[in-house]
Amino acid sequence: MTGLLLAEFTTTEKWVVNSFWGVIALVMVYAALRVVTTKNVVHAALWLVVVLAGVAVQFLFLGAEFVAVTQILVYIGAVIVLFLFGVMLTRASMGDDETVADEKRAMAAVVGVLLLAVMAFALVDSFDDVEITADGPQSVTTVSDSIFSQYIVPFEAVSVLLLAALIGAIVVARQD
Amino acid sequence: MLLNQFLLLAAVLFCIGVYGVLVRKNGMLVLMSVELILNAVNINLVAFGTLTDDVGGAVFALFTIAVAAAEVGIGLAIVLLMYRNRRSIDLSEADLLKG
Repeated sequence: MTGLLLAEFTTTEKWVVNSFWGVIALVMVYAALRVVTTKNVVHAALWLVVVLAGVAVQFLFLGAEFVAVTQILVYIGAVIVLFLFGVMLTRASMGDDETVADEKRAMAAVVGVLLLAVMAFALVDSFDDVEITADGPQSVTTVSDSIFSQYIVPFEAVSVLLLAALIGAIVVARQD
Repeated sequence: MLLNQFLLLAAVLFCIGVYGVLVRKNGMLVLMSVELILNAVNINLVAFGTLTDDVGGAVFALFTIAVAAAEVGIGLAIVLLMYRNRRSIDLSEADLLKG
């Protein structure tokens, strides 16, 4: 289905695709700002869903449909549920979050804006008008072939890491 | 489409995440800001993979997703343990190691 969507993109006018992209990007940035500013923890988790869905749409724009589907399954399906469970189990944090000093807030904003300025300058300087073309979606076969041949060692390392994280989480959170 | 529009969007998300990590005191909200940062990195990986027409970008984005899932699991376990021991997940109160 996503393949059909992408085939549709390549035939539609460029400005239609670009303005669709712009709307998605604006929604993502607004939602990300809400994640870091809202006082309610549950609202922050729900705004995070919007950002994660937007990232999945970006992956579709780039033609990486398997990554987009994994993003939705793992992040929106599992990580957000984990966050909501965490909020539920630490009930003290349900209400208003914090009273951060304005000074600290201002310093953090300065750090963020300076970082953004440096990165934006570097990006515009090095990739001024490099065009990117997603010619059709990457097939899942290509991705899996590459994982199980060229990247087999990192893949095994990730599976061991997941096992270690699972055991570690149980050991840390166990009641005794 | 330009490569830069994806990279700049990722940079904006990354900086918002950094702001969140610095300004939040609630442990759960800091973890959510870390998720923003990891997602920004994923957009970059996939964008460069598409630019060079190499599947490696997508593969490493998948690895990042797996590592992020492990990170959330451990992070939430630590936050829960902190809540159980101190009845609070205010990170500014966690200063036992302060000299």
